[in-house]
Amino acid sequence: MSMKDLGVVGRSVGQRDLESHARGQTAYYEDVHYPRMLHLKMHRSAEPHARIVSVDTSAAEASPGVVCVLTHEDLPGKKVWNGLAAVGVGPEDEPILAFDKVRWRGEPIVAVVGESAEAARAGAAKVKVEYDPLPGVFDVEEAIAGAAPALTAHWPRNHYIYPDDHAAAQIRFGDVEKAFAEADHIVEDKYQTSPIEQAPMETNGCIARPGGDGRITVHTNTQAVHFARDNTAAILDIAPGRLRFLGGTVGGGFGGKVDVAVEPISVLAAMRTGRPVKFKYTREEEMQVSSTRSAWRLYVKDGVMNDGRITARKITSYQDSGAYLRFSSYGSMKHAGHMPGPYTIPNVWVDAHVVFTNRPPSSAMRGFGVMAASFAIEVQMDKVAKTIGMDPWQLRLLNAYRNDDMKAHRKEVEDGAMVETIQAAARLAGKELPAAYQAMTSWDRKAG
Amino acid sequence: MESKLIRLTVNGREEAVVADPLATLQDVLRDSLELTAVKSGCGQGGCGSCSVLVDGELRLSCLTLAERVEGAEITTLEGLNETNAIVPLQQAFVENYAAQCGYCTAGMVMAAKALLDRNPAPSRDEIVEGLSGNLCRCTGFAPIVRAVEQAARALSGEEAS
Ligand code: FES
Ligand code: FES
Repeated sequence: MSMKDLGVVGRSVGQRDLESHARGQTAYYEDVHYPRMLHLKMHRSAEPHARIVSVDTSAAEASPGVVCVLTHEDLPGKKVWNGLAAVGVGPEDEPILAFDKVRWRGEPIVAVVGESAEAARAGAAKVKVEYDPLPGVFDVEEAIAGAAPALTAHWPRNHYIYPDDHAAAQIRFGDVEKAFAEADHIVEDKYQTSPIEQAPMETNGCIARPGGDGRITVHTNTQAVHFARDNTAAILDIAPGRLRFLGGTVGGGFGGKVDVAVEPISVLAAMRTGRPVKFKYTREEEMQVSSTRSAWRLYVKDGVMNDGRITARKITSYQDSGAYLRFSSYGSMKHAGHMPGPYTIPNVWVDAHVVFTNRPPSSAMRGFGVMAASFAIEVQMDKVAKTIGMDPWQLRLLNAYRNDDMKAHRKEVEDGAMVETIQAAARLAGKELPAAYQAMTSWDRKAG
Repeated sequence: MESKLIRLTVNGREEAVVADPLATLQDVLRDSLELTAVKSGCGQGGCGSCSVLVDGELRLSCLTLAERVEGAEITTLEGLNETNAIVPLQQAFVENYAAQCGYCTAGMVMAAKALLDRNPAPSRDEIVEGLSGNLCRCTGFAPIVRAVEQAARALSGEEAS
């Protein structure tokens, strides 16, 4: 294969939609307008954890311009769901509209549809929910310690159990305890990341429009158009063929537009009213109630030799899933698979837990599960370097994986370029490396 | 509230729309006139995606009542391409890869236009200041600032673009 066959490799390629962006011609989901379009606003939980004693929608129904009010009783299909149920992930734990309990502040309870966004908002503000507050839990280790209230009956200890009965996504490679006993140094620390909002400039939203043929067209800014359609059909118990989902340019997503947060209820409202319905998150909803990147707590323990070789790495991590599962079990598997980072370490032990708390549910964000792992590992690498008095660049080069090395999750390294990447970064940063380190390559561990 | 007739001059054309007296300029431009380059990232003055020019001044259309700008000259991004030719400022955004999702772009271009119209040779600090009300979450601000620098050079004739 020549470079010519590779087409775009090694060449700068124009971005197809740039001119359309610069001219303001790119169409986003809400750039279509339909006559008689209705607007949907959500009445959301004011409590992080409470039993719902009663829900009174009468004042909302009587509010000027309100056309229809939807509660969990109006849902024709599922009451609870999980987006990955079709591929065997479960149990389905998240209410589409809350009924017996609320488990996070901002959880949707009642949808109010009005002639204008303002009419819907005013109506939603008039829904009255009586709560019986329950103690909340907001810390991952407190949540699973036993004394905390259980969020759902699925997990009495707020601790996700994988379908194969494992309490965590696990990696077992070599014998870390033996290696710790033989190591010259032990370096241990605790790491914590925060929940991070994807904060796209365009908030989550869709427009659902019923057609005369019984089909409904949905203009949506989802990042996963088929996934959103299939989940909407499953939730509402209608044939997927009745839904025509039109995606298009997404005004920023970063993982924050895969939750199918707006489509099912909008389609239901469109079916009920026979009119187009728009549901657009306000900026406040985007920041406060749309899912975030999970917060993670990690404990990392390394066994290190005087010459800089890391011989063992043991990691216990807790992903704060928030109140419901969404895609967190998958996130922790990716997280565990990423360990011990881009380094060849002969003994690795990982337990990556998924924990439920009364925080907003978390979900995907760029490098799902991996960023928290990389953050902890790279700070840890600097601490290791400091402990043994070694240059941190050299420590990384020494331990970087080489082609054909076996990774902890039993996959051989192919096309690795960690060594070359560090060397290139050193050149750009003006960092002088000793000749032996400059001579290292991903293709030969002995080089250098 | 009783709707009323609002007369606006938008991109050089006289328009009359029936709207709520509390309708924002953003609502009227987007929903009545279908000038959808005007975006709505927050509806509360925080993002700049709805930026337009009112009598040459940069304005957030989400915080402007349509009724209050009757008689003023309103320019949206669409107004830059009345002859269908791309203008040097837009071309500079293209050449500098100054957009990814594009959602912030209309507001960025309008903020840059407002700046260059009053200060054709801005310093880098002045460009940063001129764009400080506009957020971008995808691209990073460096390519956007470079685009405005290139446009300034092009407009001052130093560089053919
Ligand atoms: S929509 Fe006007 S500033 Fe954000
Ligand atoms: S290009 Fe996406 S927000 Fe700026």
